[in-house]
Amino acid sequence: MSLKGQAAAIGIGELKPIKEPGDLSALALMGTVAAEAIADTGLDKRDIDGFLVGVPFSDPGMIYPGVAAEVMGINPRMLNQVDIGGASAAGMIWRAAAAIHAGMCNAVLCLMADVNKVGDQRMPTVSVQREFELPYGNIGANCGYAMIAHRHMHEYGTTARQMAKVAVDQRRSALKNPLATFNDRPLTIDEVLNSRMIVDPLHLYEIVSPVSGGAAVVVASAEIARRAKHPPVWILGAGEYSNHSTITYAPSLTTSPIAPAAEAAFAMAGLKPADMDFVCPYDCYTITVIVTLEDAGFCKKGQGGPFVMEHDLGYDGDFPCNTHGGQLSFGQAGLAGGMSHVTEAIRQLMGRGEGRQVRNAALGYVNGNGGIMSEQVSLILERRS
Amino acid sequence: MSEYLKPLPKPTPISRPFWEAARRHELMLQRCAACGAFIHYPRPRCPNCFSERLEWRRASGRGSVYSYTVVRRASSRAFADAPYVLAIVELAEGPRMTTNIVAPPDQVRIGTPVEVCFDDVTPEHTLVKFKPA
Repeated sequence: MSLKGQAAAIGIGELKPIKEPGDLSALALMGTVAAEAIADTGLDKRDIDGFLVGVPFSDPGMIYPGVAAEVMGINPRMLNQVDIGGASAAGMIWRAAAAIHAGMCNAVLCLMADVNKVGDQRMPTVSVQREFELPYGNIGANCGYAMIAHRHMHEYGTTARQMAKVAVDQRRSALKNPLATFNDRPLTIDEVLNSRMIVDPLHLYEIVSPVSGGAAVVVASAEIARRAKHPPVWILGAGEYSNHSTITYAPSLTTSPIAPAAEAAFAMAGLKPADMDFVCPYDCYTITVIVTLEDAGFCKKGQGGPFVMEHDLGYDGDFPCNTHGGQLSFGQAGLAGGMSHVTEAIRQLMGRGEGRQVRNAALGYVNGNGGIMSEQVSLILERRS
Repeated sequence: MSEYLKPLPKPTPISRPFWEAARRHELMLQRCAACGAFIHYPRPRCPNCFSERLEWRRASGRGSVYSYTVVRRASSRAFADAPYVLAIVELAEGPRMTTNIVAPPDQVRIGTPVEVCFDDVTPEHTLVKFKPA
């Protein structure tokens, strides 16, 4: 029995990213976006009977879902944390639909927030990372994505200008998004290429900027969705896959585990990439978008570079991509960054894209990407006319 | 000699032979006696066939650069000596390994043949690195 059309996203909440969090805590931000998302549905907080949460880097806590639910006064029939990195947000959406479809609950709050504090990271004392990566200076995510980009350039002839174009087109949409961190001026390809080289071949403007923030989505049963305030956004397809944690040990640097996740999602929906009106692929780096478009089937393998040059990725272009600006322009609030692709897709499908509304948006593709292209979740979302 | 401030590996019972070999300036890899696969990093069981019949074998120390980056700015103060070359080396035996290429960045390309070298970073710790062959 498939999840297709069994549950819908009916409300969202999202903070404008915060540059200087001061004394703010992740739990405080969670309360703000949870209240906003619940109010957006027209439901009462007491109607929320399922709870999925991402454990913030800034507040690792023990048995976190229960702690967060208690702080907010939510009594869930299903509670859990989703810990698949940047894929956690998209992963929550199908897990919520699955729990609803299984009859365990009816309205699930999917919640992510994080505060960007240097030196306050969730880092185990003994791990493969500590032993075989950190001593060589493979720190954070930058190096892994840089090595993916180099290998992609080597295998397929992808160019720096092609990668830069992703950031440039997404910025054009960000200019219409009042929530985006970088929405005050457009970018050019030359500006991206002239920004500081951080990890060859990736420049500063090809790398997400860490911020504090949060976002929440309420997923509900068909029965509840029918009486929601906004048009429900139905979960038509979902797929998940992982084949490595550290990129060094992945079967390929350039072909990611997105392909099986996207294939499963499209198969469940009974649709193909060409049916999508817009896409929201995770974009921690410019190269991530190029690899995602290839592996999800929007273009042939290796053709992601030429594809982004041939298409206008802006909200009013022929291939709208990350119309909120992507995390590259929106900012990345820790694990909550991945939720921005989900909330944007929902906004577009509800017809709430304001100045950046994609015309006649009825079907959207979302991808969540964890770690170094390691955990992948693809979603197909629909607004029914 | 100034104090070494970068992160150091903490060997586990499974990985200890790898690091002890490095201190002797030898590159050792696990090899699965059941399916013949060479394995890196050290595992409790073969990730290919799930056998626990793993043996330690001396590796050739040869390989090539599978991919690399020049880290111009590191997010950790311990690596304030950037730029440095971080690479994935594909060993002649098959497995890939995260390492540093001890060479000026402009001498490193994807496909560059490399050979192992050993960096005794403290009296107790030796890192396995590579240089152009």
